[in-house]
Amino acid sequence: MAVLARSLRDLSLAEEAVQDAFTTALQRWPAEGIPPAPAGWIITTARNRAIDRLRREASRDERQTAALQLMEADKTEDHVVQDDHLRLVFTCCHPALAAEARVALTLRLIGGLSTGEIARAFLVSEPTMAQRLSRAKAKIRDAGIPYRIPEADELPERLAAVLAVVYLVFNEGYSSASGDELLRTELSDEALRLGRLLRELMPDEPEVNGLLALMLLVDARRAARTDAGGAFVKLADQDRSKWKRAEIAEGHALLRLCLLDDRPGPYQLQAAINAVHSDAADAAHTDWRQILALYDLWMAMAPGPVVALNRAVVVAELDGAARGLRLVDELDLSNYHPFHAVRADLLRRLGRDAEASAAYRQALATCGNLREQAFLRSRLESMSAAATAPP
Amino acid sequence: MKQYLLSVCYPAGGAQPPPDALQKIMRDVHAVQKEMQSAGVWVFSGGLHPANTATVLRQQGGELVTTDGPFIESKEQIGGITILKAPDLDGALGWGRKLARAIGVPIEVRPFMENR
Repeated sequence: MAVLARSLRDLSLAEEAVQDAFTTALQRWPAEGIPPAPAGWIITTARNRAIDRLRREASRDERQTAALQLMEADKTEDHVVQDDHLRLVFTCCHPALAAEARVALTLRLIGGLSTGEIARAFLVSEPTMAQRLSRAKAKIRDAGIPYRIPEADELPERLAAVLAVVYLVFNEGYSSASGDELLRTELSDEALRLGRLLRELMPDEPEVNGLLALMLLVDARRAARTDAGGAFVKLADQDRSKWKRAEIAEGHALLRLCLLDDRPGPYQLQAAINAVHSDAADAAHTDWRQILALYDLWMAMAPGPVVALNRAVVVAELDGAARGLRLVDELDLSNYHPFHAVRADLLRRLGRDAEASAAYRQALATCGNLREQAFLRSRLESMSAAATAPP
Repeated sequence: MKQYLLSVCYPAGGAQPPPDALQKIMRDVHAVQKEMQSAGVWVFSGGLHPANTATVLRQQGGELVTTDGPFIESKEQIGGITILKAPDLDGALGWGRKLARAIGVPIEVRPFMENR
């Protein structure tokens, strides 16, 4: 698919040709046996099908030219396939496409999910998703979005866009607002697969390793994140024996590679913070000093209110809720529900119950995740119970 | 080579920059244009008078009616255009970035249809 997309510069045509090739394979392989190089066979067959299609529709000169180019590009080495794959990744995640289109295209063309699967994962109808995909492909073709690996000077920005798409898919699967559990797990798994593919394609980019490490370390806690009834469990209260040790070990190994590289970035730092959590036998043994040092580094590299909020939570662990709250109250994040949830928790710890209840209510009003809503509601109820209980 | 339209988008009714700032913008834009010309990608550029100087011609019941413009009242209006040739969108965006830096307002990059 990636090889064809590059030589054809038309994603729809490439998709059709690859589909044709698979149909042919299904007809022939059972009788004739699987060819020695199945992937090569598919590429060659798809290319021939594309040439046929182009010739049939060769009313326009450029289609003729494209058919000729295809006939010349016959030899396909492995590393060329890899480069084509990477080109397609960068095309799908081009900043000129809308964010939701980038996600859909990446899942469709890189992840190989069907339009129906993507539609269900993002809670839209299949025709809506099909339209989103075909519009994006039309823009790639008509606006001339190229199939190429970005030059060194634009690589950081373009790579960040690619990583953001993969992380968004992961988060959609890990902490999405709604949708059924099985579908969610599949999305996170798909993000992990994409992360591994990026690592294969760009082994020397530390942020690629950092993102994969981060996803592994967070995903390792999936089973501990909800209780038997499906309710949300805070990190501090999780049953750590349910954490997946193999994923944690893999995350740690990737982080060690990052350390050798010594080019830190936001994903590596988030992964490192999660690694510190995964090192603690229980919440009480968390090395908050080290976590604070990582947040300080992060704030120095890429300051932002959300990072500052998380840093304030760490300060509260080290120096008390009052110090944490003072930092939180300096932030302008009133549309971000974790801001209210953090304030509520700190106020509760300081015994300022009325203010804590009000903050829980604000958190509830801005939170879209049913499971987190249930958690916040139970906190709110325990507050009012405490307030009305006899001394 | 594809052709792209780069439109300079001004907020309608926005205040003009002070004269010396405006002069610097004009100089910078001129420099970008010169650079486009020597790279052989430049096709056309021009600045436009405000949208309230526009006149609209429209067919109405078989008659051609002339009215005071603009055709669409919008929050942003086009203050000028550049047409250039580029191999792909990234090429056009590269020039668009230079223009956006010089002018300081948003630049819209839009592809022309081919085979004209």
